[in-house]
Amino acid sequence: MNDALNIPELDIDPYSTENLLDPYPMHRRLREAGPVVRITPYPNVVVCSRHAEVHAVFNDHATFISGAGVGLTNFDTETPFRPKSQILEVDPPFHTQTRTVLSRILSPKVVMQIRATFTAEAESLVERCVEKSNSQGEIDGIHDLAQPYPLKVFPDAVGLGDDGRENLLIYGDMIFNSMGPRNELLAKSSARVSEVTAWIMERCRRENLRPGGFGDQIYQAADAGEITHELAPMLVRSFLSAGVDTTINGIGNALFSLAHHPDAYAKLHADPALARPAFEEALRWESTVQTFFRTAVRDCEIAGLAIPENTKVLCMLSSANRDPLKWPEPDRYEIDRRPSGHMALGSGIHGCVGQAVARLEGEVVLAALAKRVKRIEVAGVHSRRLNNTLRALETLPLRLVAA
Amino acid sequence: MPDITFIHFDGTEQGLEAPAGVSVMQAATAAGVAGIVAECGGSAMCATCHVIVDEAWADKLPAPLSNELEMLECTATERQPTSRLSCQIKLTAAMQWLVVRIPERQQ
Repeated sequence: MNDALNIPELDIDPYSTENLLDPYPMHRRLREAGPVVRITPYPNVVVCSRHAEVHAVFNDHATFISGAGVGLTNFDTETPFRPKSQILEVDPPFHTQTRTVLSRILSPKVVMQIRATFTAEAESLVERCVEKSNSQGEIDGIHDLAQPYPLKVFPDAVGLGDDGRENLLIYGDMIFNSMGPRNELLAKSSARVSEVTAWIMERCRRENLRPGGFGDQIYQAADAGEITHELAPMLVRSFLSAGVDTTINGIGNALFSLAHHPDAYAKLHADPALARPAFEEALRWESTVQTFFRTAVRDCEIAGLAIPENTKVLCMLSSANRDPLKWPEPDRYEIDRRPSGHMALGSGIHGCVGQAVARLEGEVVLAALAKRVKRIEVAGVHSRRLNNTLRALETLPLRLVAA
Repeated sequence: MPDITFIHFDGTEQGLEAPAGVSVMQAATAAGVAGIVAECGGSAMCATCHVIVDEAWADKLPAPLSNELEMLECTATERQPTSRLSCQIKLTAAMQWLVVRIPERQQ
């Protein structure tokens, strides 16, 4: 009896250029092959691509730990590319106290307080985009809207200075590439790693943060003895690595979704209150974070199949979000779907701690567009920025037709 | 598995038989119960699956954990003494005829 024989194997490399450009055919093959699949290029990995198993693995943090890294590398047996995240890549009980602090700083209640500022920034940026589209015939949905918005509002809320914020883009790209193999993408994005890391660590020092911002509140938690002072700058850095590239691409992917679904955009324009469900459905349909790993801490089972201790479990979040066993007509972008339970922001104790802020950003940008813009037209062919973990656009030429 | 009743803000009652081993939130969203938004999908991260448990049931449910208590400070409709996040109430056979009320607003 060898249960491992029941796990099918496919010769699929999730990190090939072809699969990074268009992951959906790969997802379909994996989902159809079974609840757990081995992939030939990575013998220590099993893949979960259906919603039920991805959700189950994420919600069993005692069996499927994060402390051995949430990327391809097993930190227990291999040297990590970079020091592990002190929130994303740690387990209870250490995780719990830190998580409590971050949850409080980014809670829905806090989000209500920043809402007016975030809305005003979104409206003025959309206004500038409409003017540019009128005068130049088009905008780039990424460089003119999806990128500048989070790069302004989120570091402002953290309390970061204004200059040099483009370093956050380089840093985010590198962090998310480092969760894949040590391939060409990682090599390219980490060319300036030491310079950019030095910049970011300098900016995460307490004296360089605005008093009262999210970053300063982490230091206050250290003053109160909730976390150590050594941990504080690393958690500020976690805000910046996890909270910028993700929302940029979340907004970029939402613009892509709406530009390619004019009927859905017409509904949004008619009722700007649909901005929040429109963003939510874009998270499901075109998920920013494609994959995260867990590590089996002991011999265990997934869907009744034996998984040996120390196996890396590749959870394909974006595949779970298009699993026909979970979602009716999963490949359709439907603005009024209620996609509660999608995996784009994770689930369980490591679920995105900034999700209330992320949703606020997406909602207010789409609402500002809905009020000011009658139609979003595709003005040219988009291009992708390949990343080992993120689904990202490099350019997205759009024409905004003012209302 | 238990039959549970949701009382909407306008007073209408909606009963359903919950599937095995799910949370009150999952039972509600699976049946399309309006007024349970559950944006975060059950991670106690959004406070949009807020319910007010019928007083007769208040002491019979397992007590909320600290993460739920903190999130209950963030509800859109003011928290009441028996307020819970429905994603954190895992249904058991002992919860037959559980009654919860849905607040006016979740967002």
